[in-house]
Amino acid sequence: METRSARRAFWTLLAAGGAVLAVALGAAHYMEVHGHAVTGMNNQVVWGLPHVFAIFLIVAASGALNVASIGSVFGESDYKPHAPLSVLLTVALLAGGLMVLVLDLGRPERLVVAATHYNFRSIFAWNMILYNGLFAICALYLWALLERRLGRFARPVGLAAFAWRVILTTGTGSIFGFLVARQAYASGVIAPLFIALSLAWGLAIFHLAQWGLARLAGREPMDAELHARVRRLLAIFVIAALYFVAVHHLTNLYWAKQVAFERFILVSGAPYPALFWAGYVVLGSLVPLVLLFHPRLSGARATAAASVLVALGALAFLYVFIVGGQAFPLEIFPGYEAASTFGDGRADGYSPSLPEFLLGLGGLAASFLIALAGARALPILAPAKVAIAAPAPAK
Amino acid sequence: MNPVDKRRREFFGQAAAIAGAMIAPGLMLYEYAQAGDGAARPRAPGEPVNSKVRWGMLIDTTKCAPGCRDCVDACNRENGLPGTTRATDSQWIRKVDLKDLKTGKAVSLPVLCQHCAEPPCVDVCPTGASFKREDGIVLVDRHTCIGCRYCMMACPYKARSFVHENTTGQSPDVPRGKGCVESCTLCVHKVDKGGTPSCVEACAAAGHQAIVFGDLNDPSSEISKRVRAAATTQLRADLRTDNGVRYQGL
Repeated sequence: METRSARRAFWTLLAAGGAVLAVALGAAHYMEVHGHAVTGMNNQVVWGLPHVFAIFLIVAASGALNVASIGSVFGESDYKPHAPLSVLLTVALLAGGLMVLVLDLGRPERLVVAATHYNFRSIFAWNMILYNGLFAICALYLWALLERRLGRFARPVGLAAFAWRVILTTGTGSIFGFLVARQAYASGVIAPLFIALSLAWGLAIFHLAQWGLARLAGREPMDAELHARVRRLLAIFVIAALYFVAVHHLTNLYWAKQVAFERFILVSGAPYPALFWAGYVVLGSLVPLVLLFHPRLSGARATAAASVLVALGALAFLYVFIVGGQAFPLEIFPGYEAASTFGDGRADGYSPSLPEFLLGLGGLAASFLIALAGARALPILAPAKVAIAAPAPAK
Repeated sequence: MNPVDKRRREFFGQAAAIAGAMIAPGLMLYEYAQAGDGAARPRAPGEPVNSKVRWGMLIDTTKCAPGCRDCVDACNRENGLPGTTRATDSQWIRKVDLKDLKTGKAVSLPVLCQHCAEPPCVDVCPTGASFKREDGIVLVDRHTCIGCRYCMMACPYKARSFVHENTTGQSPDVPRGKGCVESCTLCVHKVDKGGTPSCVEACAAAGHQAIVFGDLNDPSSEISKRVRAAATTQLRADLRTDNGVRYQGL
């Protein structure tokens, strides 16, 4: 039975999330009316902070499915009770990310054009199909997980969801990987890199959601033994992501033509090196690994802290990857020093404006609201083995 | 043979000869028009563009004067662009000053949409708003561009601009719109009427004659002759986008 304070906490969180979303929609409207001139984006850095948030949410959406996949596809029955939350988070994160992406379009009202005109040579168009397909598959998956009579379909649908999300994240990575002309991208390794990132980011979000929802419901988040396994899994995914990031940069460093770009991103092109090393590598990866592996920090709180850091590191990584990658001058004239009124030969500045930051936050808020409302409306949380008497006080 | 049949046969023979005599000069004129001097000819309303023509430009950097912006100014005037150079302003053509890192040799040249035969912007556009006409001109359909800017990410030449704010002073021939991507159209509204891009005219008017415009598919066109005679370069030739804009002296 839901306690009164739990009910109050739910409505407070819903109102807070709703308020952030409302402000974000206001910011999107402001940008729509005035055009992108009121953002920090320009003709050199054409994708900015909204894309950092959107890509984070979309990549994390794929990874949020980890726990469900481990249960349904790999047959680990301990994970199965947590599968519904895993699937719900995928839907929530994907919806939040797509909301940001659509509202940042120059002509968001032409969404119907995007839905009816497909250029099948475009990986972007493929992704639209993949995103919509994942919604459909996740809806079926959730149904199969929650409706006992459909339980036998959970495995085949789970298998389809697993395959679909691997393809989807390959597609998301390939948005960048297929950009043949840009030094920052144009690499086949970006697709597996994005898959590794998705595994880590999605599991981090799952941890946070699981922890938060359990606190709200006044329960233990997860069975202690399972929790220890999922912690280790998060650590392994963080290491896997670091490995692919290292391979990407080391490959570039081997090629003479890419050395200038690597120097820009890793050493000289402020603020990107600081964000990469301090933001992604140290705070977003190494500190979480310490938190996850340290024998004295085995509690849910340490896992939640590590998850928050992984998510913040993800935003730092994407800022460097997306914005830094565009800020580095496009090499059109190899062997020449170039100068023009259009940013040739010089690194471009980008200062994100408040409206685009608010739009990004709105994506997080939309995901939060869907997850919160979904977890209340559906029997999402795993049946508690240990119930605590009263919910922990909200901080 | 019965006399009626004979007369009928003679009639058909004469009619065919007369018809042939009437059509032949037309056909010859058509052939002449197709194989002409490579200059643009007016296209009748409703007449489809065809791939027999490949419009292109040759930019002779040895004739392009450093500091001269006549081509840029003419483009801005023709296409109703503001002409300002903030980071959010559209620049369909820009002057780039280059210095050879080894020798110090300085070169000045205009850069615009390269009208690639294999345009990355067309490949990546999700809605097909970025498209290439049969005659090689790469354009953006204002009605289906959703403003995702993926084409700007994909363009190897930074040739595209995004309209960041409401526009003023639009030219009736060149519709523009906030939230859409745009780039050099090779003055398609003039070329379709038999004209020449404004930048080419401005360069000639300034006495530089640094830009030649014409049909790369027509062996007798000036541009084809020049491309045959002199070594020319395509920007980022390593990408094999087969650019319609070629550079000499780079």
